[in-house]
Amino acid sequence: MKLTGAQILWESLVREGVTDVFGYPGGAILPAYDAMLGYPIRHVLVRHEQGATHMADGYARASGKVGVAIATSGPGATNMVTGIATAMMDSSPIVCITGQVGSKLIGSDAFQETDITGITLPITKHNYLVTSAEDVAPAVLEAFAIARSGRPGPVLVDITKDAQQSICEVDWEAARPQLTEALDEALPGDGDVRDAIALINAAARPLILAGHGVMLSGAEREIVALSERGQIPMAVTLLGIGGVAAAHPLNLGMMGMHGEAWVNNAIQEADLLIALGMRFDDRVTGNLKTYAREARKIHVDIDRAELNKNVRVDVAIAKDLRAAVEEWLPHVVAPGARAAWLARIDSLKGDSAVRDIQNLPDDGHLYAAHVINDLWRMTRGDALVVTDVGQHQMWEAQYYKHNRSRSLITSGGLGTMGFALPAAIGAKIACPESEVWVVVGDGGFQMTMPELATVVQEHLDINIAVINNGYLGMVRQWQEFFYDKRYAATPISGPNFAKLADAFGIAAATVTRRAEVNDAVEAARRLKRAALIDFQVEQEDSVYPMVPAGADLHKMIRRPSPIVETAAD
Amino acid sequence: MLHTFAVYVDNKPGVLNRVSSLFRRRAFNIESLTVGHTETPGVSRMTVVVDTDEYGARRLEAHLYKLVPCKRVENITAAASIARDLALIKVAATGEARTHVMQLVDVYRARIVDVSLESLVIETTGTEDKIDSLLEVLRPYGVVEMVRTGRVAMARGTLPARRAAAPSPQAPVAADTGGDVSHGSV
Ligand SMILES: Cc1ncc(C[n+]2csc(CCOP(=O)(O)OP(=O)(O)O)c2C)c(N)n1
Ligand SMILES: [Mg+2]
Repeated sequence: MKLTGAQILWESLVREGVTDVFGYPGGAILPAYDAMLGYPIRHVLVRHEQGATHMADGYARASGKVGVAIATSGPGATNMVTGIATAMMDSSPIVCITGQVGSKLIGSDAFQETDITGITLPITKHNYLVTSAEDVAPAVLEAFAIARSGRPGPVLVDITKDAQQSICEVDWEAARPQLTEALDEALPGDGDVRDAIALINAAARPLILAGHGVMLSGAEREIVALSERGQIPMAVTLLGIGGVAAAHPLNLGMMGMHGEAWVNNAIQEADLLIALGMRFDDRVTGNLKTYAREARKIHVDIDRAELNKNVRVDVAIAKDLRAAVEEWLPHVVAPGARAAWLARIDSLKGDSAVRDIQNLPDDGHLYAAHVINDLWRMTRGDALVVTDVGQHQMWEAQYYKHNRSRSLITSGGLGTMGFALPAAIGAKIACPESEVWVVVGDGGFQMTMPELATVVQEHLDINIAVINNGYLGMVRQWQEFFYDKRYAATPISGPNFAKLADAFGIAAATVTRRAEVNDAVEAARRLKRAALIDFQVEQEDSVYPMVPAGADLHKMIRRPSPIVETAAD
Repeated sequence: MLHTFAVYVDNKPGVLNRVSSLFRRRAFNIESLTVGHTETPGVSRMTVVVDTDEYGARRLEAHLYKLVPCKRVENITAAASIARDLALIKVAATGEARTHVMQLVDVYRARIVDVSLESLVIETTGTEDKIDSLLEVLRPYGVVEMVRTGRVAMARGTLPARRAAAPSPQAPVAADTGGDVSHGSV
């Protein structure tokens, strides 16, 4: 049967198991939109194409499936750039389909022509410019294969208008992707499994550093097995949160710039780091010259290009994480000496606990940390939380204890403000049964808040907690610490968020005291449609501890503690 | 240290851009890059020379493999290999100088491929060293213009370069004779 390029596009998506797409129409993608009506796919109309990419990203992160975003040429395509870069940095598998001007017009600066394959070259795993109907199926099918294989990431398929309109016969068998197998033979410099096992069994103070790769490779159980069998404590990166249950006694918590003090100290005292599916980002290492100087290092990542990039390691293994750890497991033993190491880490914890805001006297103010902590308690740690970027993001990571894999979705690598609301829409559509909470700052929320209309149009039951501190808080914190409290361009006003939500048809409440938190959260949870709570929190609070950018990991700025200071008097 | 890679890629539009963009994006400096057809239809071969350390070279190889049109990468730096560069050099030489230049061309086993009243064009093939050295001796006569292809390279023997290179950190590396096998380098 002959099909148009547009029909072939949808047919390809259906064959890839796609059930939902996020998009926005326009001239160059019109033929595709016209053909869409004949296919069993839910189309979510977004309010900005950046939203479509974040939704596809949130969808992918929540479900592990490939998310799909669609836009027209020119401004539609360029609006996708931030979302594509976000997905690239966080290894999230999405496929972006863009319309392009007719193939005869390419290069002529035609109306709404833009070189989107050129623009997205460094922020996609791969991209295609498709100029004939015959090429649609092979490109789209290959795009999916690339997006989900190896280290996942975004792929863009730019399809000219004439390619969508012309008609051809499709040989689906021939259209199957024929990717050359990823390089499986070892290269010079690759580490030996036996060396890794020998290092693990010989270590007195080993520590597992678990990253996003744990979830991407489905190695959640294997990591815990390794930890338990070897009595090796674990620390997680921001994107690793949830990959290992927060409640697991060997999980120490988050590392890095706003990680737990005892975790960073443990890293500095460890004699072996076992880095699994993480990439030694500057936000987790601090000063590389003083980073974990006493530790030998094993690094496993499916992306060989991550090995020996920031940190030189003793054993570098380019392999799927689950397969690598499975291979180690039968050989790992637990020397008794680890008890001393675990006891040492416990003693590091004691000091931090007295500085924790939860243990500080209640002074009648509403702190963001309290809000998150209460939210965690009331949702029993079971919600799927999607955060934006800033102080509230770090407080969420510190105070919401995630026990489920893929239950925290956040923009880590790119740190994209405006991510939360659209990503949550994607996550909710991927996991309709999950209780979804957006935790977002007053600044970032104002970047993508028109997507509230999408929430309503799609009848989504999403709860939104705006952590409203009247500042671009994280930047204000840097100004407080490093720029003499000169608050240049960080005080930010906003609308009355409750009234705004009301205008969109979303239930809303405003909370100013801690005593009101429970009721507001409970009301939002009970409601079977979207709700927004404007939490007006302490304005000049800061996230502690903090490793200043580029500082030694163990030199953290700690929360000033009246208890500690008094005790010292 | 200079690393030489042989990179096999699909011969499709935009592939050169993908490769060179990768080097730029990852902050590697390309010393030279050449590209041409191979014995296999549809496959092009690039020879890329980059100044980086051992770790950088490994990462670069890994990054190249992530490019979809990239089929194979060989770091032939450590392998016994032959590397050649081709240069066309235009020298302003008349009268007596012209005779001197022609003698130098002879010594270097280069060739004169064009003669005009005021200048000669010399063609030479060899290692970069040999060409650099020829250039040095020609300079006093007045080099008006020069163009070089950049390095092309190939592993010696019948094995593909990766195999040839793999055990070679310890294995002795055959000396590159630098020019035509019959004459050696000057
Ligand atoms: C798109 C974008 N622009 C700028 C920044 C820099 N930035 C990082 S955190 C932050 C402040 C965020 O403010 P808000 O959303 O109110 O959250 P808060 O830190 O107050 O919790 C800014 C401006 C960014 N990460 N992303
Ligand atoms: Mg704020």
